[in-house]
Amino acid sequence: MEDLIEIRWHGRGGQGAKTASLLLADAAFNTGKYIQGFPEYGPERMGAPITAYNRISNSPITIHSNIYEPDYVVVVDDTLLDAVDVTSGLKKSGAIIINTTKDGEVLKEKLKNYEGNIYTIDARKVSIEALGKYFPNTPMLAAIVKVSQVMTDEELLKDMEGSFKHKFAKKPEVIEGNMKALQLALTEVKKVN
Amino acid sequence: MGIRERLSGNEAAAIAMKQINPDVVAAFPITPSTEIPQYFSTFVSNGQVDTEFVAVESEHSAMTACIGAEAAGARAMTATSANGLSLMWEQIYVASSLRLPIVMSLVNRAVSGPLNIHNDHSDAMGVRDSGWIMLFSESNQEAYDNLLMAHKIAENKNVLLPLMVCQDGFITSHSIENIELLEDDKVKSFVGTYKPEHYLLNKEEPIAIGPLDLQAYLFEHKYQQAEAMRNAKNVIAEVSKEFEALTGRKYSFFEEYKLDDAEIAIVCMNSTAGTTKFVVDNLRKNGVKAGLLKIRMFRPFPAEEIAKALSNLKAIAVLDKADSLNGAGGALFEDVTSAMFVNKIQVPTVNYVYGIGGRDTTAKDIESVYTDLTEIANTGGTTNFYRYLGVRK
Repeated sequence: MEDLIEIRWHGRGGQGAKTASLLLADAAFNTGKYIQGFPEYGPERMGAPITAYNRISNSPITIHSNIYEPDYVVVVDDTLLDAVDVTSGLKKSGAIIINTTKDGEVLKEKLKNYEGNIYTIDARKVSIEALGKYFPNTPMLAAIVKVSQVMTDEELLKDMEGSFKHKFAKKPEVIEGNMKALQLALTEVKKVN
Repeated sequence: MGIRERLSGNEAAAIAMKQINPDVVAAFPITPSTEIPQYFSTFVSNGQVDTEFVAVESEHSAMTACIGAEAAGARAMTATSANGLSLMWEQIYVASSLRLPIVMSLVNRAVSGPLNIHNDHSDAMGVRDSGWIMLFSESNQEAYDNLLMAHKIAENKNVLLPLMVCQDGFITSHSIENIELLEDDKVKSFVGTYKPEHYLLNKEEPIAIGPLDLQAYLFEHKYQQAEAMRNAKNVIAEVSKEFEALTGRKYSFFEEYKLDDAEIAIVCMNSTAGTTKFVVDNLRKNGVKAGLLKIRMFRPFPAEEIAKALSNLKAIAVLDKADSLNGAGGALFEDVTSAMFVNKIQVPTVNYVYGIGGRDTTAKDIESVYTDLTEIANTGGTTNFYRYLGVRK
C-alpha cells in the first residue's frame, strides 16, 4: 500500500466532479490498477459544494473511509476557495489543482500559504474552445492525470477515447470535442509556485 | 480465470442477480439499495433475464410477492434497506416460518428516526431473531460472492430458510472498486436449478401453506426452524468449499486476519473490517500484535468457533454499528461475550458502538481502539465495557 495515491475532488453540484472521479477510477482501472471512486453523499443540490474521492494503488485497497490526508486535491470551481477548507490535510509533498484565472499571489493567500505545489488551469477557456460549452470536468480530469502522473498522457487519451465512444454512443458529435478538451488541458495546466 | 471488472456494490449485486436469473424479483425502491432493482429491471427490459419483475407499491408487498412466488415453487429475490425492511417486518417472519428460501440483498442503512439515509446496521440487527440466515460482506466482491452462494445454502433440503446478504450502504454500495466476476455459464451451473420438494403449483400434491398453527404444533415447528438454522452451518461450510474450488476465493464462518499470534483484536462486520485490516497492517509494522476477526456468518452464529478463535488474546473489542439501546451493549457484543462465557473463555472484552447514521469510521478511530486495547491488556482489565467510538458528548 506504499504506492497508494489518494485524491479529493471539490466541486459544486452539477459540474461533474463525481463523474470526473469515476472517469479517473475507470481510466486507472484500465491501466491495471486497483481503484476506488466514490462521492460523499449529502443533500444533492445544483450548486451546493460536493466532495468526491479516488484511491489508486498497485495492490488491493481495503480501507473504507473518506480521505482526510490526500496526496492531491482538485478544485473544480474557484468560488469554493472562500467556502471550503480545500487544503485541509493535504500533504505538503502533494499538490492542489485549481480551475481558475486568478493569479498565484491571490491563490496563495486564499490557500493560507499552503506549502505544497499549486497548479492552475482555465478549464472554462479550454472547454469553450474545445466544446463550445462549459463542462469543467473533462479538462480537470486531464489536469489531475498530468500533475499526479497516475498514468501517461497517452494512456489517458487512449482510454478516454474508448470511454467517450461508449458514453456518447448516441451523441458521437461531442466525442471529438471532449478529446480536444483533454488534449488542450494536458498542455494548459500550469505550475504557480 | 474470472472477469476483471470495476463495479459498485449495488452493480455487483445486480449482476449477481442477472447471472442467477431467478424466476421472480419483487422490489420497491429505497435508498441506498434502489439501484439494484433499477439495474435489474433494465436486464428484464433488455431480455437478458427471463425473470418476472413485479414492481410492487410497497416493501410489505415486495416480501409478500416473494413469499407467494416461492410458495408456488419459484425462485424469488428482492432488495431493500432500512425502513423498507421495517415495512416488510411482518412478512419477514412469515417467509422464514414457511421455510421459503427467498434471497434478499440488504444494503444496510440506519432505520428512522430521525430520518437518515446513511449506513449503520440497525436494519439488520432488527431482524436478527427472525429466522433468516444473515451473511455480511466487507466489499463489493464479497456481496457478489455471497449472493452467488445464497441459493445453494438456502434451498438445501436440510436448511430451507430465507437468506439475506448484507453490505454497507453507500460505503460499498456506491463505491466503484475492482471485482472479479464469474462467467455466466459457471454461475448457472454452480447455482443450479431450483427443484422444490413441496410447492403450491404441484397438482400431484395439493397442500396448504400457512394455516393456523396453535398449541398443538407451533412449538415443534419453531424447533424445526431452529434445527434448520443449526443445520445451515454445515451447509454454509460445504457450499463455501465448493465456491473456493470454483473461484479460489476462500470463505469461512468468519475471517481471521493476522489473528494467529495476535494479543489484541477487533471483532466487526462489513466494510469496517477493510479499514481495520489497513490499520492492523500499519500496527504490525510497529511491532503491535494486532488482529481482526471479521464475522461473515452472523446467523447462524458460530459461537463455539468464535470463542475458540478468540481464546488466546489479551484484550478484545467488539464493534457494533447499531446500538441496542438496552443499557448493556450492542447485539454483536452480547453474542460474542456469551459465546465466550459458555465456552469458558475469559478475555477482557469491551464494546464500541460506532459509525451510527453514516458517521465516517476512519483509520484513526480504529487505531484508537487498538490503543485502548493495549492499555486494557497491560492493566489486566477495565470496568468500562460499553463505549462509543467518535461520538460527541
